[in-house]
Amino acid sequence: MIQFEATVNGRPVRWDIPAGEFLTETLRSHGLIGTKRGCESGDCGACAVLLDGVEVNSCVLLAAQASGHDIVTIEGIGDARAPHPIQEAFVDAGAVQCGFCTPGMVVATHALLADNAAPTRDDARHALAGHLCRCTGYVKCLDAVELAAERTAAAKGGA
Amino acid sequence: MADETTANPWDTGDGSMPEYDRFNVVNKSPRRVDALKLALGKGTFTDDEVPAGMLHVKMLWSPHAHARIVSIDTSEAEKMPGVQCILHCNNVSRVPHTTAGQGFPEPSPWDALCFDDKVRFVGDRVCAVAAETEADALRAIATIKVEYEVLPAILTVEDAVAPGAVQIHEHPEPTGISKPEQNLACTLDASVGDVEAGFAASDLVIERTYRIGYAQQSPIEPHIAITWLDEDDRLTVRVATQVPFHSRRILAQVLEIPVARIRVIKPRIGGGFGVKQEVLVEDVPALVTLRTGRPARWCLTREEELVSARTRHPSKLTMKAGVMKDGTLQALSMEVLGNSGAYGAHALTVVSCTGGKALPLYKAPNYRFDARVAYTNLPVGGAFRGYGAPQGFYGVEILMDEIAHELGIDPIALREKNMIGSGDDNPLAVALGEGGEGFPQRIRSCGLPECITIGREAIGWERRGSFDKTGTKRRGIGMVALMQGSGIPGVDMASAFLKLNDDGSLNLLVGATDIGTGSDTILSQIAAEELGVQLEDIIIYSADTDLTPFDTGAYASSTTYISGQSVKKAAAGVKRQIIAAAAEIWKCEADELVAADKAVRHPDGRALSYGDICRSTLYHHNQHQIMDHASHMSYECPPPFAAHFCEVEVDVETGEIKVLDYVAAVDCGVAIHPTAAEGQTEGGVQMGLGYALTERYCFDEKGAMQNASFADYKIFSALDMPDMKAVLVPTYEPTGPFGAKSVSEIPINGPAPLLSNAIFDAIGVRFREAPITPEMIWRALRERG
Repeated sequence: MIQFEATVNGRPVRWDIPAGEFLTETLRSHGLIGTKRGCESGDCGACAVLLDGVEVNSCVLLAAQASGHDIVTIEGIGDARAPHPIQEAFVDAGAVQCGFCTPGMVVATHALLADNAAPTRDDARHALAGHLCRCTGYVKCLDAVELAAERTAAAKGGA
Repeated sequence: MADETTANPWDTGDGSMPEYDRFNVVNKSPRRVDALKLALGKGTFTDDEVPAGMLHVKMLWSPHAHARIVSIDTSEAEKMPGVQCILHCNNVSRVPHTTAGQGFPEPSPWDALCFDDKVRFVGDRVCAVAAETEADALRAIATIKVEYEVLPAILTVEDAVAPGAVQIHEHPEPTGISKPEQNLACTLDASVGDVEAGFAASDLVIERTYRIGYAQQSPIEPHIAITWLDEDDRLTVRVATQVPFHSRRILAQVLEIPVARIRVIKPRIGGGFGVKQEVLVEDVPALVTLRTGRPARWCLTREEELVSARTRHPSKLTMKAGVMKDGTLQALSMEVLGNSGAYGAHALTVVSCTGGKALPLYKAPNYRFDARVAYTNLPVGGAFRGYGAPQGFYGVEILMDEIAHELGIDPIALREKNMIGSGDDNPLAVALGEGGEGFPQRIRSCGLPECITIGREAIGWERRGSFDKTGTKRRGIGMVALMQGSGIPGVDMASAFLKLNDDGSLNLLVGATDIGTGSDTILSQIAAEELGVQLEDIIIYSADTDLTPFDTGAYASSTTYISGQSVKKAAAGVKRQIIAAAAEIWKCEADELVAADKAVRHPDGRALSYGDICRSTLYHHNQHQIMDHASHMSYECPPPFAAHFCEVEVDVETGEIKVLDYVAAVDCGVAIHPTAAEGQTEGGVQMGLGYALTERYCFDEKGAMQNASFADYKIFSALDMPDMKAVLVPTYEPTGPFGAKSVSEIPINGPAPLLSNAIFDAIGVRFREAPITPEMIWRALRERG
């Protein structure tokens, strides 16, 4: 066992974990089940989290490598009482079908909008490129990214 | 029990359009009932709740395509740390069954055992180990010594049916195999009229052979089951399944325990597309739990999912048509040689849909369908969205284009001349049902002409033939017409239960299985519409064999059409009870009263809310629970219709294919949730484009899949997906709930033949094999010179 110390969703954590464990497993075994396992080879993006604000596939990142960093999972982006506008946008755009890839896509959209407040549809395509979805054909997921950007811009403009 | 003959207030009876503004909840796109929790990461999938003390299962898979197991030595593995249970052919009962997950008795052969003393493909089960951790199980597996007697492997269907081929299923136990000594899982033929006479009377007879390969459903959540014993010593199975009730029945058979001792729970499912109709991963953890008393989990890796789960049956189609000069079809025949892989799951019913769904789109006085599905030592075919129809339309829709080309007729005009329409009888429905003879089908709603009109305009069909053919990038436009079904006529059955709560909300319990399709939302909308309440007033729960009534499951495009009607009937029954209770309170006649907006109103202006009425019946007046249940099955199977169009650009130097634009116009009757119906269409097109262009199985000379990962088995990403438009063309299906037909499967039938047609228009080379890769295009263009 090794000690894993990091900030997860804004809170400091100190967990004892098996050496060689990947971050997906560490998060899931501590109740953060919104991070999904789809391929465990870094190909599908269902396990995406933010590491110091950068999107990473947690299934191919050793937890030890993430130790000491700031990690945000889908649970840290919004919750039932205060869903994030990106989460609302995915719902309103009809982008959620089975929902297994949705957390990863929300994380990717979060990372995109942090860098680029007014993404083009092509920007959105690139942001979601690492997120395989077998249900939607991505059309409404791209709509959701655009809707989230619009709403975020409107909220800022109105503030 | 709800009245079977509940009148549909919007039933126009003749297929004409109802007044849509009378709908309050259906035909609108509210937020899906489960979308927010999923976007929050709160949806509970099978793997998201783990019982204490759970064991982990890993499988030793066959490295050989075809071999007998001479001996298995697990002595070292038994002593390895963490190992609790080892299962193989020498310690598990031989119970022949099918994993197909169908109704009873299954139309698939009982040719599978949990563990056999023979392996039939690279990736077949050999030996399972359950240990404290997955790592412990894998370490133990590495020590297991298996002695194999390697047999000749059959890697093509042609070899499988050749005289003298080694027999893949030679054991005495299996039943239902058509011709085991010829490696034929099933054979099927059907005919109408006399095709030979039809060919003889035709101006043109055209015969072509088409081949389409393996593909995998690839839900992003792989197969997973978690099993445990509850406090009453009953086996509980939480599993990513499309068929909880079939899963329970088949598990009882395989485990040799009563159905009453098993509870199957379907939590959230991360996509199915047919592959989770297969009862594939429940038995092993269940055996571990029964033997050890401990919870057990088995989750396939992506590689295991691609190799050892189920796939689409590869098919070779020989199509032959006889037509007059003006394009009138005289005879149409289809001969299929299908590849079922090592086991025969769904072989018969899939191939029957290859003919039964695709051929009747075009009316001919003479048809012939002749199918054989062979065993090979390759991955196993199964249910996959479209269920044989994608293979059938691959043949039919390319053939139509080839006929149009030969006759010099516009491909749309040829189709319009021959296609089935409203009021027509499906000419093959009786001769070719699903797996055998079927029931007569009359088309009561058909928006195909409108789909074609909308699609041709949206794609700019008139530009066809006017593209520059001199540059390195050549454009082309193609189209296809499609149909499917809505449920399996005479087979599928669904039921629903509804009860009224103190505040006028209602619990809706259904066996229907939302696997990401949106059926929880759609069924709630149907209940709310019928009852005159809001979507938020319906609390839906699906599906759990202990708590919800039966449903055959999420397959055959049946949920909206079949399960939806059961919900509508149960809701009508509850509404009648609500009105009757109000009439009793007011001491008036029920037929004076009107129920809407969650209240019953008297002509004199008095009103009682559903909550008032429920509280009265629960606590005061003629005390009873207002509740009802209903079942539904149908001998009708109304087809949705669609027309797909696309524009492609082919780089003649590199062979690269770009889909520039894609239009899918679909008639699914009244769309209960239009956004969800569009989503099904867009997702189906995406999946179909992979089937058309990028998804293929590469095998080595020993039959081992070489590309079993998402890096190498290429499904479309957001970057690959073209701009597309899904257009819903409303019709009213009088036999469906609020006019609805199915929508989920039909879109996948389009892209594979469509890309062949559009690429032909672009470069004048006809591809009769899918997927079409840039290399194939490059080679074909070099050969042409």
